[in-house]
Amino acid sequence: MGTMNKDVWIFIEQRNGKPADVSFELLSKGRKLAENLRGELKAVVIGSNVKSLAEETFKFGASEALVIDHPALEHFRTIPYSRVLTELVELHKPRIVLFGATVIGRDLAPRVASHTKSGLTADCTDLQISTVKYLKKDYEDLLLQIRPAFGGNIIATIITPEVEVQMATVREGVMRLEPLPAPVKGKITSIPYVQNEFDEVIKIIEQHRQDNKVNLKGASIIVSGGYGMGSKSNFKMIHDLAALIGGEVAGSRAAVDAGFITSDRQVGQTGVTVRPKLYIACGISGAIQHRAGMSESNKIIAINTDPDAPIFGIAHYGIVGDAAQIIPMFINVFKQKLR
Amino acid sequence: MGPHSIVLVKQVPDTANISGQVMKEDGTVNRAKLPAIFNHEDRVALELALQIKDKLGGKVTAITMGPPRASDVLRECLFMGADDAVLISDRKFAGADTLATSYVLSEAIKKLGKYDFVFAGRQAIDGDTAQVGPQTSEKLGIPQITYSEEILDIKERSARIRRKIDGGYEILESNLPVLITVIKDAAFPRPYKAKRIMAYKNAKTLIELEKLTEGNSLLYIDQLKEEYRSKKLYIQTLTMDDLKLDEARCGVHGSPTKVHKIESVVLADGNHELIAPDKSGLSILIDKLMEDHILG
Repeated sequence: MGTMNKDVWIFIEQRNGKPADVSFELLSKGRKLAENLRGELKAVVIGSNVKSLAEETFKFGASEALVIDHPALEHFRTIPYSRVLTELVELHKPRIVLFGATVIGRDLAPRVASHTKSGLTADCTDLQISTVKYLKKDYEDLLLQIRPAFGGNIIATIITPEVEVQMATVREGVMRLEPLPAPVKGKITSIPYVQNEFDEVIKIIEQHRQDNKVNLKGASIIVSGGYGMGSKSNFKMIHDLAALIGGEVAGSRAAVDAGFITSDRQVGQTGVTVRPKLYIACGISGAIQHRAGMSESNKIIAINTDPDAPIFGIAHYGIVGDAAQIIPMFINVFKQKLR
Repeated sequence: MGPHSIVLVKQVPDTANISGQVMKEDGTVNRAKLPAIFNHEDRVALELALQIKDKLGGKVTAITMGPPRASDVLRECLFMGADDAVLISDRKFAGADTLATSYVLSEAIKKLGKYDFVFAGRQAIDGDTAQVGPQTSEKLGIPQITYSEEILDIKERSARIRRKIDGGYEILESNLPVLITVIKDAAFPRPYKAKRIMAYKNAKTLIELEKLTEGNSLLYIDQLKEEYRSKKLYIQTLTMDDLKLDEARCGVHGSPTKVHKIESVVLADGNHELIAPDKSGLSILIDKLMEDHILG
């Protein structure tokens, strides 16, 4: 398989012409994967009037942008997008194709993988290149697709040794965004869009999208509450503390499920991944899904009644106690110091 | 004649309630010890199909691919209101990833005759991949609408559906047939009717009927099958050969993804500094954070 293509492709997701953050995060990661493979990093940009978006990918190291630009492709629709991407993958057989694990990426990637009979792993939290021995055979430079599995109780490394194209989706915020000091001199390759009758099988009647007002990813301090807060009224303390110290409010999945907080503020594998300077986890036990979304915070304070709670395993400061009593105390002490 | 909806359902291990007893010594999960449950989003998918039937008539068929004991979820589908249930089961399906699973499901659907909707949950809790729906749709050559929240309108040849997207929602109109995956908020699954439980608790798959005939020379499987069929208690059971499938595309052989390594989630040894849960403890902590310019 010496002549195999070694390129890494990133599907650049855009909504109303605006790129999704995860696409640039994937370019940043893809650049390293491509270096390991001694291949090229390429961006696939599908949309309408997306030339400047294509040029932006050069800031993250893409050496070529494959651009399919047509008014019919302005908004994501499963059938035309998957068809044009499938055709490109079949023609060039890139070694790796990465998508954001967004609603769009999780709709598009399986369809392309199904048609091209590629391997696909969902919601990866890490990607590596490594030579692997599998069933007594050596496979050079495989993509290790690492993800929590089985409700987060195990971490699985998935490989697709026998296929040419390895595909994966990755959650937003998991890979670091790393723009280059100066953009590379990339090449834009325009690919004509040839309309197909089946492309119009689904029409968009209406679309409503609000820019996310909550910016957890950019927050330098996050105060986060879990099921251990006990009630929605207790959860108000989280808001009070956050307001006092200039932080954003977040919660665990259990807190969202209990109705303490809205899902757009959920931190964790199925929520947002954050890396603040300070993360205060209040009444959060620290299931792997939650830790996956915050373990890289610079400083972590954990407050929990259970001294064996897993959250203490990644905390820098641990307070064993009821968060509903500790937080008011914290607020008082802090206010005194500000005087 | 109203629309025919096919609902893809899955029996899953209850991964949300894993206790220490089901963890093996090496830290992996002992699947056999986990209770098997009806994947919730699939139940929501069935509810949507039943709502269509309530309104427009037609028929609802539930199908699952799984081991023989997956017949439990099919009986639950019958309790809820499904007209027919189909078990697709074969040792050769073992180890299937989403690609191999969608191949088997799509071939089974093709054999079920004309259909207007294929419903499925967005994802199953044991893998959380959300891939089987779209991949089945691709193999059927029909459109898909994932993350669906509401069916707004159904016409003779089309349907309007509201789906969740990142940061909002959109309303799509699709030609039929279409495959629809649903999120948990789309509907609240109806409870089982006592009358239907009484009627269908004895519904059996071919595998279960064969068990009955074992050691009983008076029972003949073909006769038994006919008897159950006439009482509408036969759960259609299909194997790889029944579906004339390509073995190379089934089970572990047809699955490009392989598990290279599994690690139990090991916690860091917890080198955290313990802060006393009182005013003096918090004072020390806040001083440290202010010194580091994190607070203040």
